[in-house]
Amino acid sequence: MAAVAHPGFLARRHRSYYLFIAPALIVIGAVIIFPWLFTVWMSLFDWTIGSVAHFVGLANYVGLATNQRFIESIVHTFYFTALAVVVPLILGLVAALIFHREFPFRGLLRGIFTMPMMATPVAVALVWTMMFHPQQGVLNYLLSLVGLPASLWVYSPTWVIPSLVLVEIWHWTPLVMLIILGGLAALPTEPYESARLDGASEWQLFRYITLPLIAPFLVVAAVIRTIDALKAFDTIYVISQGGPGTASETINLYLYLQAFAFYNVGNASAVVVVFFAIILALALLLLYVRQRARWT
Amino acid sequence: MTDHPHDDRPDALRRRLLQAGTGAAALGALPGAGMLAAQAQGTFDWKRFKGQKIEILLVKSPRGDLLSKYHKEFEDLTGIEVGSEMVPEQQQRQKAVIEFNSGNPSFDVIALSYHVQKRQFAKNNWLTDLRVYINDKSMAAPDLDFADFAKGGLNYAVESDGRVMSLPFNLDPWVVYWNKELFAAKGVTYPKTFAEMIDAAAKLHDAGKGIAGFVGRGLKNANVPVWTSFLLGYGGAFTDAKGKLLTDSAEAIESAKMYQTLLGKYGPQGVAGFNWNESQSLFLQGKAAMWLDGIGFAQPLEDPTKSRIVGKVGYGVMPAGPKAQVSALFADGEGISAYSKKKGPAWYYLQWASNKANQTRVLQAAAGAPVRNSAYAAAQQSGEIKAPKEWVECMLKSASIAQPGLPIISPVTEFRDVFGVALTNMINGADPATELKRATAEFQPVLDKSEKA
Repeated sequence: MAAVAHPGFLARRHRSYYLFIAPALIVIGAVIIFPWLFTVWMSLFDWTIGSVAHFVGLANYVGLATNQRFIESIVHTFYFTALAVVVPLILGLVAALIFHREFPFRGLLRGIFTMPMMATPVAVALVWTMMFHPQQGVLNYLLSLVGLPASLWVYSPTWVIPSLVLVEIWHWTPLVMLIILGGLAALPTEPYESARLDGASEWQLFRYITLPLIAPFLVVAAVIRTIDALKAFDTIYVISQGGPGTASETINLYLYLQAFAFYNVGNASAVVVVFFAIILALALLLLYVRQRARWT
Repeated sequence: MTDHPHDDRPDALRRRLLQAGTGAAALGALPGAGMLAAQAQGTFDWKRFKGQKIEILLVKSPRGDLLSKYHKEFEDLTGIEVGSEMVPEQQQRQKAVIEFNSGNPSFDVIALSYHVQKRQFAKNNWLTDLRVYINDKSMAAPDLDFADFAKGGLNYAVESDGRVMSLPFNLDPWVVYWNKELFAAKGVTYPKTFAEMIDAAAKLHDAGKGIAGFVGRGLKNANVPVWTSFLLGYGGAFTDAKGKLLTDSAEAIESAKMYQTLLGKYGPQGVAGFNWNESQSLFLQGKAAMWLDGIGFAQPLEDPTKSRIVGKVGYGVMPAGPKAQVSALFADGEGISAYSKKKGPAWYYLQWASNKANQTRVLQAAAGAPVRNSAYAAAQQSGEIKAPKEWVECMLKSASIAQPGLPIISPVTEFRDVFGVALTNMINGADPATELKRATAEFQPVLDKSEKA
């Protein structure tokens, strides 16, 4: 009877719980929920900074759905993201497998390999801009040394995105390598020993033991790379500014123009909402893949 | 080139746009320089606002650095304390819009780029009309001599109804840098007309040797002044009296064809992605015969540590087009926030910033091309000027034939973006007429909306 002596006890205790989470709720409400709702609200207006806002309903979204340039920017974003995730993932895996083995100066070489990651993106982009110069750039000079024809790199509408991805690969492959290296270090040795006793080849060891075991780490690397590639702005802005023409204009570049160059806040908000929906869909997909890749 | 900001009659808006396009034609509307000079005398006292403090928003540039360096001199002269902030150009423009919109900007004085911010500031009434100070004998410094200011600069600072919304500080007329050695090797002389310019580019272009006949900006947005330089020479304008775009007119198409020929045919590989820096590095290496850009590049071109063509650079005034000889002009100046509570001290700062000593310093430090004509003679006398004599002559001549290189409209960045994409497409082979028609159709609603807002 003593335990139920206070009928309102549980309810009162629950109320006091709310007090504890209130600060976090207030912060999340102020910095995430309110700005997000406000962005959705603004996306329903035709509003350029300095002029009066007019409610236009879904007109901004209809405009985007028929805007060739915006649709192309989505395509560019996916193209860039796909390359900037897959290639570093493959190269990072190869690098991790190499650096996982024992060889002289391994620590030193691994340190050197991770150095690009420490560089400031804008500085990296400026250096690459000079290297890409079709006449004076060192890249075309290097190509000429091995008898290959000069490339236009970021100055060609066709090659601009692969060239920008090259910078991403150089910059971020080390991060992928570090994540996978961590996974490799944590692997148990017993499966390898028994597989070797059974006469498994090196390829079979990798394919049937290493790869499944490090799959969760690959997924983590893929998630991080996807987030980074989707939000890539600085490198593209500095090197190509979305050009030539609009050949490398991603959603971020388009958004920046709308919001901070044209001050077209209503339209920019609609772009943000659409972009958010795309990211949400991708995040759910990655979450699903991550669940599948878990060790069982 | 603005009328009354409250005057929303369509005619007034159209007139303004027309005048913006025709540039120098509006010079007649300028207040008499002599009259202004005559009023600038009397009981002026630099110490009048002693003890007050003002805030300045500058652009991070050699000119911003120069003014900041000498702020102590202003403080000693006036007893006014200066707080200043220097922000990179793009960010400064964003900051200005956001702060003015808040109705409570943090600055009293702001540096503005006329070709981007003039119409935007005028339309929103963000700046203070300076005539009240200019006409007040006790407020105008004795050396505020408007006759000394280049007309191109005053044209930008003075509205068509006579209001003076800022003091100009620096000019940036577009000129042709040419490689004398390459010209001499092929026996070509500096072109006097557009036709000769194309002809020279054709003769000097040598893909085998990696020499481009012409180099200039192909990157979208940055490339628009190259085309407008040609457009003005063809007698084209940006808009008609009713605010209708003229950017798909016969003149516009002809000038776009010229742009396409010079960059697409006689330009270097990859020029569609070139901004001024790529163009500069090519020209510095002696790999381009002509380079059209703003006048501010003499310093790197004559610097032996950076340039392979020191002493071989010609500084050419823009050749004449079929209708006119025009140098596309860009400029910057300083104005007083309409919201400032310290307009008196702010006006003192403006006068100091554009005074003869500071203008001469701009040349001595190779920080730009000052708007005061006297600065050139003063700098040459001091023997400290780093640019060659030919550059000075080119500057003075170009300033005298200058017209605004971009339309004076609020959405100028969008104008540059839309037409910039069209021009880049032309370099890659698109038809100029089709591209200009598409860009004009795309931009007209944006312009209409901005003038109605």
